Amino acid sequence: MTSSIATTASTVSGETLAGGTPPGTLAGNTAGTPDGGAGLPPGASVRRPNRSLLHGLLTNKKAMTGAAILFVFIALALLAPVLYPDNPSKITGMASQEPDAEFWLGTTAKGQDVLALTIHGARSSLFVGLTVGFASTFIGILVGLASAYFGKFIDEALSLTTNVFLLLPGLPLLVILAAFLPPGLGTVILVLVVTGWAGSARVLRSQALSIRSKDFVAAAVVTGERPLRIMFREILPNMASIVMGTLLACIIYGIGAQAGLEFLGLGDVSTVSWGNNLYWAGNEGALLTGSWWVFVPSGLCIALVAFSLSLVNYAVDEVTNPRLRKIRKPKPAKPGKRASA
Amino acid sequence: MRFILRRLGFYLIAFWVSITLNFLLPRFMPGDPVSRMFARTQDRMQPEQIEALRKLLGVDDRPIWEQYVGYMHNMVTGQMGVSISRFPTPVTEVIASQVGWTLLLGGTALVIAAVVGNLLGILAAWRRGGAIDSALPPFLIFIGSFPYFWLAMGALYLFGVTLGWFPIRHAFSDTIEPSFSWEFMSDVGMHLVLPALTIVLVSVGGWMLGMRNTMIATNAEDYITMAEAKGLRPGRIMFRYAARNAMLPSVTSFGMSLGFVVGGALLTEVVFAYPGVGYQLLNAVQGLDYPLMQGLFLTITAAVLLANFLVDILYVRLDPRVRAN
Repeated sequence: MTSSIATTASTVSGETLAGGTPPGTLAGNTAGTPDGGAGLPPGASVRRPNRSLLHGLLTNKKAMTGAAILFVFIALALLAPVLYPDNPSKITGMASQEPDAEFWLGTTAKGQDVLALTIHGARSSLFVGLTVGFASTFIGILVGLASAYFGKFIDEALSLTTNVFLLLPGLPLLVILAAFLPPGLGTVILVLVVTGWAGSARVLRSQALSIRSKDFVAAAVVTGERPLRIMFREILPNMASIVMGTLLACIIYGIGAQAGLEFLGLGDVSTVSWGNNLYWAGNEGALLTGSWWVFVPSGLCIALVAFSLSLVNYAVDEVTNPRLRKIRKPKPAKPGKRASA
Repeated sequence: MRFILRRLGFYLIAFWVSITLNFLLPRFMPGDPVSRMFARTQDRMQPEQIEALRKLLGVDDRPIWEQYVGYMHNMVTGQMGVSISRFPTPVTEVIASQVGWTLLLGGTALVIAAVVGNLLGILAAWRRGGAIDSALPPFLIFIGSFPYFWLAMGALYLFGVTLGWFPIRHAFSDTIEPSFSWEFMSDVGMHLVLPALTIVLVSVGGWMLGMRNTMIATNAEDYITMAEAKGLRPGRIMFRYAARNAMLPSVTSFGMSLGFVVGGALLTEVVFAYPGVGYQLLNAVQGLDYPLMQGLFLTITAAVLLANFLVDILYVRLDPRVRAN
């Protein structure tokens, strides 16, 4: 009796958590229940969870709004060399001009076109944000899965490392690391990944742990599947939504933290990015002279990108968590690195 | 007791990691930042001071393990060398003169944000779907999307430069002598408004949403229904029954934030040129003042760890389940 309840639960969670490979789930379930036929009638195929997540997102208003905003920025970033083939830092106009027909967003104190700087800035900011997001999520997945699958000593050691990194104050560590390493884009990415992976590792570990205890994983272990296969083909697909949420949160963190670091003058000040635009705006006293147009666009862009990513994130939550859908309320923000801002 | 000891061990390890990190960074980084620093400051320093700094930062010929042991000893006993940008003040003195401002700013902002945020969360959960519950969260999420320093600069521009309501930099006016007079205190208060307010603005959302969510779960408990059936006043049920039992996660976040107060206000302090630890850290980085940098990082880490440990102790007091384990 208990075992059949557990199996049902695992099927349900496999479905709602929107896993990727149904074969793994299915095989696990049938192997897990000796009286297999009782749980699933042979004709009833398991709903393909992957498609339902995608479908849910495509019909979700929040997700589509977020995706649309994001798409605009990615398009701008890719088209920047076409729209403004010149070096955006080139001085093209008078100093501190207000927005007009020639310079839609005015000029900086040096006389650079703010619009060109903003559009070109999207390239570096999005690139760094995406790279940091994917890299820290990837490390998080590795650590989380290894922790959950092997358990015991490996789990203890990895959790200890994760917790230590979580506890070390992020922003000061960021500043110190950036100060010692030679300036450059690679440094910025490295530093952000070093300070950003721990949060995702902790979230993914706890999710992986709960899936690790499901019957279908035990069945996979008994049938002698290799550890790597179990981790990546059995456990990972079943936490797709959490991975997606973590990835989005990490990208948001990457973009925000890069901007913060560059604003402090610790990035590579020669590149054009939103953070560096703001650094120069601060450096040239744009605010004290009242040139708000130098400083508003880049900040607004960061906010819009972060907001669109959050929208997609809430949509993922809504689609995969039926309880949130009924109330039509977004799930609260994940606690995290924002505290350090 | 075992729980406390376990946690203590964990914090000691974390502290050891941060000291080791401090030790390794100047020694293994490419580009030899230490020599750069010496090249810049050599003419101002006495030979024996240079010698001491060389030892601190690892530009000497001793074997690495010997350096490590010596370094650990120095750090644990609080010998962090002399600051270079404020030569010849010892690092500990520089830090001591600034940590108070950081605590004032961070502490004020944290207490206000936690109290207001938790109250809003309680109200939102209590009247689910009401005005507070439906209007505030999306707004706060949108505010939270902006880079913090950008909001701070905006506030500085609007209220400091354009409207001129509040002073735009530093913690007190140069014209007033620091003392415990009413005049000085109110001046400090005025300087505190903008930095503290911007921190509250971006952090209040997290408190609110966290509290709201826990409280929604608590509201579904049987003892709430029971209290309602008994005919207790709604206010009493809300605060004494529901909110009180939903407080625990907030206590944890409070501890975490308490630690981050010391290091987390870095951007605020930089934007408002507030003379705290974070502002000093950035100055140290820009002035290649490595001893001060290391000292500050270690102080900040120690504060974070200590705050978390205190919360653990408080937790044992508040939650009997922890004691039972």
